[in-house]
Amino acid sequence: MAEILSAETIAPETIRMRIHAPKIAAKREAGQFVIIRASEHSERVPLTIADSDVSEGSVTIVFQMVGHSTLELGEMKAGDSVADIVGPLGRATEVEKLGTVVSVGGGIGTAVALPIASAMKAAGNRVVGIIGARSKDLLILEDEMRAAADEILISTDDGSYGHHGFVTDLLQQVIDREKVDVVLAVGPVPMMRAVCKVTLEPGIRTIVSLNPIMVDGTGMCGGCRVTVGGETKFVCVDGPEFDGHQVDFEELVKRQRTYKGIEADDVGRYHRERECRLKDAQTGE
Amino acid sequence: MPEQPAEERRHNFDEVPYGYTEELARAEASRCLKCKKPQCVQGCPVAVDIPGFIELIVEGKHADAARAIKRTNSLPAICGRVCPQEEQCEALCVLGKKGEPVAVGRLERFAADWEREHDAVEIPELAPSTGKKVAVVGAGPAGLTVAGDLIKLGHAVTIFEALHKPGGVLAYGIPEFRLPKAIVGAEVDYLKSLGVELEFDTVIGKTISMDELLEEHDSVFIGSGAGLPWFLGIPGENLSGVYSANEYLTRSNLMKAYRDDYDTPIHRGKRVGVVGGGNVAMDSARTALRLGADEVMIVYRRGRVEMPARNEEIHHAEEEGVQFNLLTNPVEVLGDEDGWVRGMKCIRMELGEPDDSGRRRPVPIEGSEFELPLDTAIIAIGNSPNPLIPSSAPGLATGRRGNIVAEEATGATSLKGVFAGGDIVTGAATVIAAMGAGRVAAKHMDRYLADGVWPPEPDPAAPAEGDGTDGA
Repeated sequence: MAEILSAETIAPETIRMRIHAPKIAAKREAGQFVIIRASEHSERVPLTIADSDVSEGSVTIVFQMVGHSTLELGEMKAGDSVADIVGPLGRATEVEKLGTVVSVGGGIGTAVALPIASAMKAAGNRVVGIIGARSKDLLILEDEMRAAADEILISTDDGSYGHHGFVTDLLQQVIDREKVDVVLAVGPVPMMRAVCKVTLEPGIRTIVSLNPIMVDGTGMCGGCRVTVGGETKFVCVDGPEFDGHQVDFEELVKRQRTYKGIEADDVGRYHRERECRLKDAQTGE
Repeated sequence: MPEQPAEERRHNFDEVPYGYTEELARAEASRCLKCKKPQCVQGCPVAVDIPGFIELIVEGKHADAARAIKRTNSLPAICGRVCPQEEQCEALCVLGKKGEPVAVGRLERFAADWEREHDAVEIPELAPSTGKKVAVVGAGPAGLTVAGDLIKLGHAVTIFEALHKPGGVLAYGIPEFRLPKAIVGAEVDYLKSLGVELEFDTVIGKTISMDELLEEHDSVFIGSGAGLPWFLGIPGENLSGVYSANEYLTRSNLMKAYRDDYDTPIHRGKRVGVVGGGNVAMDSARTALRLGADEVMIVYRRGRVEMPARNEEIHHAEEEGVQFNLLTNPVEVLGDEDGWVRGMKCIRMELGEPDDSGRRRPVPIEGSEFELPLDTAIIAIGNSPNPLIPSSAPGLATGRRGNIVAEEATGATSLKGVFAGGDIVTGAATVIAAMGAGRVAAKHMDRYLADGVWPPEPDPAAPAEGDGTDGA
């Protein structure tokens, strides 16, 4: 059992949660993740550690309420406890002084890009942060990214804030104006794939952080397997970061859809049950 | 042995054999000839006093029988259910030469279940506290055995488990209908009542480093198991609907995906192919049936005789309607446009000369390719030692297959104070072998904790293969 210290909504359906996990906080490095089980009947879900506080003994996760498990987790409040949290899992980001690092975060991916950007800046790199979302209200962690990077550029699909367009437009601008040593891209697969297309021809090393379905997170089931450079890798132990130009994104997308049918049923059921509970609360049953 | 009828049990996850009634148990136990030189004991990897406990059942002293077993086998309720007795004790029973051997496994199960169900589990007296602290990595059969032995000898024991529940393969690998999880829970509760501490969600090598573990404990036992699934390496293996048996079984057994009140999803295929011929393949196939498959097929490249699974599992699978495509090997997994498995291209095999496992090598028959339509494929061809610990402890000698190297006679590794046993050392093997290794390691850890001598000398009295007691 691990106590939730705080839970706040930072964008529609997006929660930032601090959880008491001193052992994990003490060991955690940028890029690593945890697996959380909200309660006894819940799934084990992987969530990147957005931040940690060793003195407080806490880790911070940022997640979107998109499926049954994140819906359940998102309803929990400070003072509640999650049944299980295990970590830090995965390999930490290889942080080195390379020169100029562009960190691209799309949607919820910004929560993952943020700690990496901070670590790269701390290592002496010039960090340009690019964050994008579908609209202004879905943009997250802008202030935090501003603090972590030397410069930030923002885009929204609908033009409600910053550049009207995609993160790749802004990336192209940066590449055109200065030498970039490495690009980090975290976000929905189409975004990561698009970034890799932009950086392929100029030959800029691009690192992506993948988010397949996982069960154990310690390399024993192979559920998170992806093809990188023609070889099968387990994201939980070999990743979560990989050379973006080597990743078979098409296969990843298909594997991510494995439970879409079941998930849709579960989410529908969750909402119906939630409505019933709210109705009962209103009628005082 | 009374069992659930096949037609009924293929739709539920309840245990298949009901277990002996007291009458049946005493009747079966009375068949034992009480041989002067009991061969059965020679066949047991931990040399349980088989004639001894059987005699106690004849006398109606069932709790005593359980205790007699527990002197050498700490988890009899589990071993009685999962040991391949037909290759061990029962294979050597004299009665088996002309008829049926004494059903040693079923009697072991009976005694252990009786003791538990009648609340007769005795809490032994613990030796005075030694002031020493032991860390056990992994709450699987090897780790649970080491913990049980060392706590009784007066040491403080903490088990560190990566998953959120204890048992290792007992929890995630073996299905509910073969090994009810309540039994695993009861065994762990027993250890807790003796004072063993368990820390879940702790990955040694990630949450805590090996160095830290060594700093804070006087000795460490590594029983982290063979949790690295093998894939065939054929095209199409990453299609949706293709599972390693570990993933399929973990979803069903550990995460209880077979129950509607648990959230973890599992694909309930209608035409399921399981590649492999061992117990894990049988477990996967029988689980698929229970999850509602219309057809489940085993695809195995050798023949029936070469299948490593327990006879009882193969027999139960056949009765439940699992089909056996023997002498068949998959060469490609075929998918549809959405990236879902739609079948497997297979080739027929014939048996040639024996390979280094001693079994006849399967050889493809040219031109015999055919397509097997499927909507789910489960790859159950084996596991290697999980690499997390071997790769995170410099100085820990490892073998080619990723296993930790440990002395067979003592369990000692190349790191001072660190012992290892079970699948992490041998590669995937049996529960009883893991327990036997745990026994050996515990004995030598106890001595190391007392005298600090490294490397430890093999204890001649420690249980070894086949040297048993003199019988009744």
